Amino acid sequence: MTDAPKPIGGNGNGPKSAYFLSHADQAIERRTLAVLVDNEPGVLARVVGLFSGRGYNIDSLTVAEVDASQHRSRITIVTQGTAHILEQIEAQLLRIVPVAEVIDITNSKTGIERELALVKVAGTGEKRVEALRIAEIFRAHVIDTTNESFIFEVTGASEKLTQFVDLMRPLGLVEVSRTGVLSIKRGKEKG
Amino acid sequence: MTTKTKAKPANEATAPRMMTGAQIVVEALREQGVSVMFGYPGGAVLPIYDALYGQDAIRHILVRHEQGAGHAAEGYARSTGKCGVALVTSGPGATNMVTPITDALMDSIPMVVITGQVPTHLIGTDAFQECDTTGITRSCAKHNYLVTDVTQLARIIHEAFYVATTGRPGPVVIDIPKDIQFATGPYVGKDGIFKPTYVPQRIPKADAIRAAAELMTKAGRPIFYTGGGVINSGPRASEKLRELQELTGFPVTSTLMGLGAFPASHPDWLGMLGMHGSFEANNAMHDCDLMICVGARFDDRVTGRIDAFSPRSRKIHIDIDASSINKIVRVDVPVVADCAEALDALITEIKALKRKMPDLTAWRDQIDTWRARRCFTYANSAEVIKPQYAVERLYALTKDRNTYITTEVGQHQMWAAQFYHFEEPNRWMTSGGLGTMGYGLPAAVGVQSAHPDALVIDIAGEASIQMMMQELSTAVQHKLPVKVFILNNEWMGMVRQWQELLHGERYSHSYSESLPDFVMLAKALGGHGIRCDKPEDLDARILEMIDHPGPVLFDCRVERAENCLPMIPSGSAHNQMILGEITGNEVGEAGRKLV
Repeated sequence: MTDAPKPIGGNGNGPKSAYFLSHADQAIERRTLAVLVDNEPGVLARVVGLFSGRGYNIDSLTVAEVDASQHRSRITIVTQGTAHILEQIEAQLLRIVPVAEVIDITNSKTGIERELALVKVAGTGEKRVEALRIAEIFRAHVIDTTNESFIFEVTGASEKLTQFVDLMRPLGLVEVSRTGVLSIKRGKEKG
Repeated sequence: MTTKTKAKPANEATAPRMMTGAQIVVEALREQGVSVMFGYPGGAVLPIYDALYGQDAIRHILVRHEQGAGHAAEGYARSTGKCGVALVTSGPGATNMVTPITDALMDSIPMVVITGQVPTHLIGTDAFQECDTTGITRSCAKHNYLVTDVTQLARIIHEAFYVATTGRPGPVVIDIPKDIQFATGPYVGKDGIFKPTYVPQRIPKADAIRAAAELMTKAGRPIFYTGGGVINSGPRASEKLRELQELTGFPVTSTLMGLGAFPASHPDWLGMLGMHGSFEANNAMHDCDLMICVGARFDDRVTGRIDAFSPRSRKIHIDIDASSINKIVRVDVPVVADCAEALDALITEIKALKRKMPDLTAWRDQIDTWRARRCFTYANSAEVIKPQYAVERLYALTKDRNTYITTEVGQHQMWAAQFYHFEEPNRWMTSGGLGTMGYGLPAAVGVQSAHPDALVIDIAGEASIQMMMQELSTAVQHKLPVKVFILNNEWMGMVRQWQELLHGERYSHSYSESLPDFVMLAKALGGHGIRCDKPEDLDARILEMIDHPGPVLFDCRVERAENCLPMIPSGSAHNQMILGEITGNEVGEAGRKLV
């Protein structure tokens, strides 16, 4: 019997098994998922446990109740993986009993992602002035100030926040706190 | 407790009946139709045990170890199609249940496990016999609940049964603190239980069925690859599988979990596939041009080397769990549905197409050449009982009876799968996914409790049986005449085989030292012991076992060094089976790293 294996994950050289079925040669994509769940005890642990148990990545995670009357919480997860892994993540999330819906924000075209950061910068003189000037460009708010420090509140896409933090680094960056990504879709429709 | 499941009182005209949490548990189980449960009491479940006292709606089988209660509930569930129920205490009671819960998750067995918990005000204080049961079981149960409000208890129990038995079945854990068992609350019935976030897709999409039927009516080398999902779906799925096979004439193979869904006596039956499956089944899987996977999940024991798995076939995958589809193997036509519904829809669709089914003569001829290899042939002996011969004789002497077979895990399990043949679903109970040694005897206890007049046999190994052998005492106490047929080769046979195959015959810790005298052990536990070491005595001894009215431990002394063949070595493809002897160089470097 001749054998002409059609490679699925690999290049066809050498034995492969489910154990080391590697999708490494596929492009890693970043994906933002909004997971709507029943806000019952342990639901966040179920979602997070799924990621750790199956070896998926979490780049960012936010969660809060969004509809008290419906006990509905919204978890936004930023994850990475090959297309195959990302498809599995969605399917595995939907297996969790209190998970109502998984929305692929990244691929929805109408998805909006926003993050909020609190950035503490300490300094005097020219550096302090420069920090305030840059904050204005980024439309950051000053929410606390002393003679030697500011706390800026800045919102926007994650890349913008990262850029802001990078600019603050030489100007006396002390501490950063970020919410992680929040997501919603444009337009009048829900979900 | 925040959830939106709606539960109405059974009769809205009257006020709900008030009762204690413990009484609610018993009443809810009764309403769910539970007639047998398995358990072990302890401090944190005493109120529930008190509510069980003196009632006769539910028979409680007292086990000897909580793990036994779990496997017994699994055996009960698999042989009846109903939900198995186990009741254990907090702490060690719950942790001892982790193995059967995981086992039931892997094999998709409907089971509700009720665990006691320390009183609510003590949770989190490291109280005596406290453990984080819902935390521990979160990843090994389909779902779990910690009940913190007695008014939610009845609804949660009904919801647990709903979740356990619908969709892809699985184990559900309900952790009930002791104060909740004492507290008084309203009883609500099971009607109206509905969980909006949990809606299994039972009915297949029409376009998927159309695409599948299209491929099926044009295939030249088709094969049905069926699994435990056909059994779990209920007897109707097995009927529909037989009907669809009749309609198409396609050959059928099955996973370990799916044995019995299609009759082994059928001429188109290829036998089990996979690592220790038949030569014809594996080669047919490799060379087919259309694979119809029904309720199976492309497990690594089945696929072998994944990039050489059935390289030239189109694949249809029917599964009620969407996450099983495209998880391991990419398929062409995914069908998310209950097996019975999908098979029924396929039958209707294919009939409606009114096409002449393809000529399979060449494919059948090819399969016949593989069959002619007679891959399960073994060298029999007049001096020593070969394990294959033992199972063959057991089959010959029990097949015309009302027989149920359970197994432990190892070589004996594979020989049972190869040499015992099943005509009907729900007759074969084995730990497939998790591979739990110790499963078979308590599972047999569960099966026998559901089928008191049936012949229930645990085909065991001398190593596996020692993991849960105390449950023979359970069988004696509850007059459950299970038969334990031990293929005793004095080795952990599968470990020994892998050491021969992979580790240069360095048999590290796989010899069963200091074995008990199983005949005396049976006597000590109140059962009957039989020993046989001569092939010519085997039939008479097996008949003695069958005719004995109580539990039996049968110590069948078999050839010690026998290997379980044929075998697809790790890292190899379906068409690279070892048929004859193991030489020790079958497995490459990459394969050695696999399990």
